[in-house]
Amino acid sequence: MPFLPHTNADVASMLAVVGAADIDELFDEIPSNLLNTGRGNNEPAAGDAAGMSEMEMLRHMAERARADETGPCFLGAGAYDHHIPSAVWDIASRGEFMTAYTPYQAEASQGTLQLVYEFQTMMSELTGMDVCNASVYDGGSGLAETILMAVRAGERRSRGGPAGGRRSVALAGAVHPLYAAAARNIVGHQGIDIVRLPYGENGLADPSLLTELSEPPAAVVVQQPNFFGLLENVDAITDQAHECGALTVACVNPMTLGLLKAPADWGDGGADIVCGDGQPLGIPMASGGPSFGFICTRQSLVRQLPGRIVGRTRDLDGNPGFTLTLQAREQHIRRAKATSNICTNQGLLVTAATIYLSLLGPEGLRNVAGACHARTRDVVAALDLSRRFDAPYFHECVLRLGRPARPVVESMASRGILGGLALGPYFSDLSDCLLVCATEKRTTSDIRQFANALQDAVGRAA
Amino acid sequence: MTDTPTDARYAETHEWARLDDDGHVVVGISDYAQEQLGDVVYVELPEVDQQVDAGAEAGVVESVKAASDIYAPVSGTVVAINTSLEDAPELVNQDPYGDGWFFAIGPDSPDELEDLMDAAEYSEFCEASEAGE
Amino acid sequence: METIFDLARAQRRAGAQVPAPESVEDLPKSALREHPPALPEVSELQAVRHYTRLSGLNYSIDTQFYPLGSCTMKYNPRGTHRAASAPGFLDRHPLAPVSVSQGFLACLHELQEILQRATGMGSVSLTPMAGAQGEFAGVAMIRSYHAARGDTGRNEILVPATAHGTNPATASMCGCVVREVAVGPDGDVEIEALKAAAGPATAGLMTTNPSTCGLFERRIEEIAAIVHGAGGLLYYDGANLNAILGKVKPADMGFDVLHLNLHKTFATPHGGGGPGAGPVGAGELLAPYLPGPIVEKTAEGYRWTEPPRTIGRLSAFMGNAGILLRALAYALMLGSDGMRRVGEFATLNANYLAARLGQAGFDIAYPNRRACHEFIVTLAAQKRRFGVCAMDFAKRLLDYGVHAPTTYFPLLVPECFLIEPTETESKEEIDAFVDAMASVLAEAESNPELVKSAPHDLPARRLDDVEAARRLDLRWQS
Repeated sequence: MPFLPHTNADVASMLAVVGAADIDELFDEIPSNLLNTGRGNNEPAAGDAAGMSEMEMLRHMAERARADETGPCFLGAGAYDHHIPSAVWDIASRGEFMTAYTPYQAEASQGTLQLVYEFQTMMSELTGMDVCNASVYDGGSGLAETILMAVRAGERRSRGGPAGGRRSVALAGAVHPLYAAAARNIVGHQGIDIVRLPYGENGLADPSLLTELSEPPAAVVVQQPNFFGLLENVDAITDQAHECGALTVACVNPMTLGLLKAPADWGDGGADIVCGDGQPLGIPMASGGPSFGFICTRQSLVRQLPGRIVGRTRDLDGNPGFTLTLQAREQHIRRAKATSNICTNQGLLVTAATIYLSLLGPEGLRNVAGACHARTRDVVAALDLSRRFDAPYFHECVLRLGRPARPVVESMASRGILGGLALGPYFSDLSDCLLVCATEKRTTSDIRQFANALQDAVGRAA
Repeated sequence: MTDTPTDARYAETHEWARLDDDGHVVVGISDYAQEQLGDVVYVELPEVDQQVDAGAEAGVVESVKAASDIYAPVSGTVVAINTSLEDAPELVNQDPYGDGWFFAIGPDSPDELEDLMDAAEYSEFCEASEAGE
Repeated sequence: METIFDLARAQRRAGAQVPAPESVEDLPKSALREHPPALPEVSELQAVRHYTRLSGLNYSIDTQFYPLGSCTMKYNPRGTHRAASAPGFLDRHPLAPVSVSQGFLACLHELQEILQRATGMGSVSLTPMAGAQGEFAGVAMIRSYHAARGDTGRNEILVPATAHGTNPATASMCGCVVREVAVGPDGDVEIEALKAAAGPATAGLMTTNPSTCGLFERRIEEIAAIVHGAGGLLYYDGANLNAILGKVKPADMGFDVLHLNLHKTFATPHGGGGPGAGPVGAGELLAPYLPGPIVEKTAEGYRWTEPPRTIGRLSAFMGNAGILLRALAYALMLGSDGMRRVGEFATLNANYLAARLGQAGFDIAYPNRRACHEFIVTLAAQKRRFGVCAMDFAKRLLDYGVHAPTTYFPLLVPECFLIEPTETESKEEIDAFVDAMASVLAEAESNPELVKSAPHDLPARRLDDVEAARRLDLRWQS
């Protein structure tokens, strides 16, 4: 066994202290019929009995990894191929960050705690909110947590008041369909109904639909930019939601907030809760995880916020220091009445995102956002295809191929190009449409290669 | 020894209730309860005009290590809340039967107070639960 | 230490990270922000030095003995990190077609099979992103199972009184109510209390085994029979699986569904709070309800599939892939022999440490029971005699260069430490911990103020968490 330090002499002297003849004796409280001695008829627990050396394991894994390497990526839809500064993971991978536990012993965890406090500040700046939690799992489950929070907030805000007892939430039609699915699967168990508002012919949510709902919602969720890359009329939606006595929930890509209006400034009153996925902030796509979800909100709703929160305080000598706070919301204290069951979060990814944001700064983040949009504009210009929706787009765009998109995507993949997302499986009316995306990493040559491959694939599919 | 004034009645969930001159039932948590909780950091109160039922949740009191629901000791309508707890939750520790009061109820039936324990019974109740630990 | 914001100066930047500006004239003005966000403006070296220094303020497995009970702080092999960091894994898009994902899918399939064999469960879904999400999946599956049979009156989840807070929190999140079952003085569930609690409203029972007291629940088969007899199902919370890995399979104990904490049992790093991974395994009854996606092997290769009655996806994509790959790399290096030794040596270390602490004058909570991979010390006597509580003890241990054990959990035992040394610690490290505990005990007697005002030698003295909660300061302001 590769990671045990015990010598035979150690084992003998330890057993002597315990007063046991052998290690098997330490398991004598377990009913013998349940015990796998490893010498009986029980099948082995894993693969080869002996195990691989690190070299063999790395070879095995590297072969698998190499099989999946592809050329340039024009696929976005919630995971984005950005440049990650070298320093980000050099530092985040330090054992002191990577192998620490949740910072319950504050005095021995000031590194993680201060970093999270800085993270909370940066996310609050980006969104314009007062406070951010120290992460939830991802954008999809984070949307579920946000909806639960909004419903709770409605109940608290007005026991017997205007939003009390509301158990439904309205979701703009072009919110990420996989976020919507995760949210529905999670909140449905508490009897909360998610009403999907259809997107219009322009691909956008129509605020006037909110007035036509059979019952007023606890919250209205809108994504900016939406799943199609379109810029929603967030000001009008926010105002209309507030008009209906509902909270406005903003689902955002934090990278875009280097350039786009902060949700706190939407409409007259601003969004009330902001959620999203932090993957664009220095985190590799890595098949979708781990990244991290985040939830930001106003100070007045902080007690309904799920997940850990770090606060600044003072130590015995009066010096500033950091500690977890508001823990009475959490499962280890509040148990069945906790704001969520979450305990393990996505802390290491928050570490990476904090380092990323400090390296990029306001100008860097703005320029990354600008470059992503410019490269996507280049893609659209390089193709002789029409856009499916005519509303302004940012960083992602839906193109109409005039034939089923799925075989086209497969055909490009066979040439090593991730050519976008075929929308048919998610929206039956868009089966001839392709969602494409470019980041600051895409070069002119990548774009030319993509344009040629797409043209070929469309031609072949015809 | 914790303080247990004889002019109040007590619930098993450690609220005290005292009838004031206006016929309202003022509610707080006992000295024993605040000591068990430790430093109070937050109190969530009901809203004025809210209807409450005896034994139903009407608020929450939090320390760093624990959170407890506050139950209404009698049924009625909330007529006043102690807003000074918002900025000074430590009042619950400093003066549980005075400035640390939570809310006042206009009771449907003041007789419900009789269902609660008196000071002697409550002291005995606390000692018994100590011993049971 | 000063914050990154204190280091910032207007217009300073890490120039190598800033792309050239581009025109965004085509975007509507109303969509753009008027003021840039006040992110820190620092040089690359300043950022690197700041965060490297911050890292040095943490205790971690790589730098300290970390016997945190119920958290399994074992060595996180560096090779697993390298394996998961191959470009083919890091750069893979979550929605990439399966034709260019066969390597990744093969890894997941291999891990599914390893976890099936280790737990005895016929099917495994890797998608839950942490233990709590695995719990949610399990309880949701139980609910869906009853609902599909038209058995709609079952909304109670039974948990032993010693349960971790996530169990009741999960039950609530799933729309169930929690019913606690008493635990007897020997640490085992009280059978009569269970019989009284189980009935037509029982959806299921959630429990760990070994329990949160570090004890093997000896009558687990009887417990399973009672719950099944009442029409309920059994959920195994894998928080403590490290104790019996390779020794006992949860399926053999009668469990219907379980989750594993790969960040505990399979040595993936805790990351200062996460990420984790909480795969769910199920036997025949509940397999159709598993969350998707799951990897299936066919004649044409690997592909994604959804179980027929799935509770659906719980996150946008497939799960915490990077953690799953690390767990696979770890399992491959262990092999089946190594996996069995995990449970054996975790148990040896815990029993040795318990015996040594008993000799050093500490009270072990269940002295007549075998410790599994962890055990409880109660410091109630020390509190009575010296006025020094478990938290004071914990803070003083930090001064000795070891991380404190879990404090005040389980709630049933007063002034307790839950101590889990794990299998990867050497006898010397464990002996040094015993010495530190003995020193603090001597200090508690001779100089209690020293212990009560600890820590003294850390980056911060004891922090005022009451003030932190009363006057919330949750973001830096200039």
